[in-house]
Amino acid sequence: MTQTAMAVPGRDTRRTAQPRSGRADPSRYSLGAAFAHGDALTRASALVMGLGNIARRQYVKGAMFLVGEVAFVVLLLTRGLTSLKGLLHLGPVTKGGQQWDANGNFVNVNPTNSVQVLLYGVVWVFLVAAFVVMWAAAVRSAYKAQVLTKERGQAPSIASDVKDLADDRLYAPLLSLPTLGVVVITIIPLVFMILLAFTDYDKNHPVAFNWVGLQNFATVFSRAGSTAIGVNLGIFMRVLAWTLVWAFFATFLNFFLGMFMAMVILRPGTRLKNMWRAFFAMSIAVPQFVSLLAISQMLQPQGIVNQMLKNWGLIETSMPFFTNAWWARATVIIVNLWIGIPFTIMQVTGILQNVPGELYEAAKIDGASWWQTYRKITMPFIFFVMTPYLIVTFTNNINNFNVIYLLSLGEPTKVGSSAGQTDLLITWLYKLTADQGNFNIGAVIGILTFVVLAVVALITYRNSGSYRNEEGFR
Amino acid sequence: MTSQARTAERGVLKPPSTVVRSSSKGGMHRRRMVGDVVTHVFLSVMAVLWLVPIVWVLMESFNKNTSPFQTTFFPTKYTFDNYVKLFTDTSVMNFKAMFMRTLVIAIFVCIITLFFVLCVGFVMSRLRFRQRRAFMNVALILGMFPGIMAVAAIYFILKAAGLTGAPAQVTVALVIVYSAGSGVGFYVMKGFMDTIPISLDEAALLDGCTRAGVFRRIILPITKPMMVYTALVGFLTPWLDFVMAKYIARTQDSYTVSLGLWQMLQKEYIAQWYARFAAGAVIISIPIAVLFIVMQRFYQTSMSGSVKG
Repeated sequence: MTQTAMAVPGRDTRRTAQPRSGRADPSRYSLGAAFAHGDALTRASALVMGLGNIARRQYVKGAMFLVGEVAFVVLLLTRGLTSLKGLLHLGPVTKGGQQWDANGNFVNVNPTNSVQVLLYGVVWVFLVAAFVVMWAAAVRSAYKAQVLTKERGQAPSIASDVKDLADDRLYAPLLSLPTLGVVVITIIPLVFMILLAFTDYDKNHPVAFNWVGLQNFATVFSRAGSTAIGVNLGIFMRVLAWTLVWAFFATFLNFFLGMFMAMVILRPGTRLKNMWRAFFAMSIAVPQFVSLLAISQMLQPQGIVNQMLKNWGLIETSMPFFTNAWWARATVIIVNLWIGIPFTIMQVTGILQNVPGELYEAAKIDGASWWQTYRKITMPFIFFVMTPYLIVTFTNNINNFNVIYLLSLGEPTKVGSSAGQTDLLITWLYKLTADQGNFNIGAVIGILTFVVLAVVALITYRNSGSYRNEEGFR
Repeated sequence: MTSQARTAERGVLKPPSTVVRSSSKGGMHRRRMVGDVVTHVFLSVMAVLWLVPIVWVLMESFNKNTSPFQTTFFPTKYTFDNYVKLFTDTSVMNFKAMFMRTLVIAIFVCIITLFFVLCVGFVMSRLRFRQRRAFMNVALILGMFPGIMAVAAIYFILKAAGLTGAPAQVTVALVIVYSAGSGVGFYVMKGFMDTIPISLDEAALLDGCTRAGVFRRIILPITKPMMVYTALVGFLTPWLDFVMAKYIARTQDSYTVSLGLWQMLQKEYIAQWYARFAAGAVIISIPIAVLFIVMQRFYQTSMSGSVKG
């Protein structure tokens, strides 16, 4: 497309709704081009942002860049440099308590609040990154103004720039707030947690702490570990193994038993199909934490289930639903069936009603038995549809905080271990940080959970058709 | 959601197609009758297992004996007191205030979530720009990680922003926590918008409509069922969440409903609050259940395609 083809100056006339490929063409006004072909004013805009725009009579735009730069530099000099420097040692004073000061007086020194120092440091790193993005935008904008002035005699006015934001560059205003929210509430906290893994922020250093390198990883991965915190390689491997075993059972037991029950309801001889489904669906509608808390109460040593069994003379002593490790593990898996099976019933019912009828007719004509039909037609169809869903469920189960925490609290716990026998990585992490104040080890566990999840997530999405073939069905 | 899964959802609306009937060989009749009996007995047992906890909570909420240690499965004497006291007795625990707080949070989260998800969904479905793929990949990865993983850091950030002290501040903090990151959950919305024919956009653009106009005049009206679904998801979040609230709301005067219910079962409270826990559970379960059913309805409607005919 040539520039002369444009009917309205300053407006892209390519009005197809979307380019064929998912990718937009590379811009003419890239940073490289700006430095290679830009004139003196454009290059000077790299130092004094907005200069090129103001020179090309884009006063508002240029002023915004300039004000942005001045504000950033002032803030950086007054606040930012101290914050960034603080990242080196997490604070100028690292130890509090009563000390002798320079004049020989015995004074009380407040320890540095290292959390604050680290947080401000991280925020400033993000602010600097944001400034770099703005800087690049300023240089490119200056170059664009230069080129368009040369080609059309004038750079786009502020009005046409605003119009552009409502049209071709609509993504910018629409994405800005959601992105800001994600950066503040998801990405910065994740970075912060990752950094904590390299500090000694534990219950012995609750206020002032410092970098310790990979020491925490060494603690988690050594046989001796740390008895004070209650973590070592053995405990970590045990929790990891139970997390995977739990996720496996919670996913596949739910799936197969749920499928079985869906088939039983769908059986030709079963009456009142909708009534049965409604019974099971009721547990979906009750908030999960309510049903979990209620069931947890029912299964306590003095709870109603044990009471009833005693009343009927079936048992003498209470069954150790949450006090014996193996009982507790079985209990959480079985209660999770109560939570999960109704979802599977709903889904499998939906899928089975959608199997092409011709397949079954053909099988019938060929004289296939019920079992053959089931194995060769029904099962493959269900798996075909459900596989991506199953993998997602698996990752969700690795993080199934509610079921474990509200049912068993991760109990029972062995002496000297910070993780209970039914703790998942995620509940262990929570206990380490929220209850025990060992943020550094908690962060290490978080990173390791992150690794496990990322591996599963990558496999999942790379292989799912909806990702690879996003616009395939259009 | 894959296109297959979407077709499957659509299938729900259709009448059930046939599952092969077993062939009519001799002697099959009797075997089938046995099968039917076994089936119905099995389903009855399972239905009882599934309904018992729900019925138990319902009955317990009317129990006159409020102690946690019962000897009979169902109460012997019934009363409505637990419901009345739950909302009137505010001396130890102010459940009414918790309820109102959660309602306020839910309304704000609902609005912000809807706005964010609509914006991001539209951008990803209809607009093409550099880094689009990168955005989507980052959103996918971030969506995998539950908020609890970094809840400590979120708390520190809120504390630095001065949002962890008084109940009102905690309320704002919880609104932020539940809604700020909701933009990454745009996938279902994008999937829905993808089913709106692109020819509608093209026609509007040819008529001189801007892309913002396409969003407002064409996409938004068609997206209504999906908007209801998204709004309900947002509205339900604060009622159903337990763990984020537990870390961020540190004192009882800033608790949400789920924290209050959990608190009632702790050692210090359980003796007095056991039956009232059940009452509270029933009170919040009923509206949530209704909203949930409405939500499913809208989800299925949206999954059956955006443009009819």
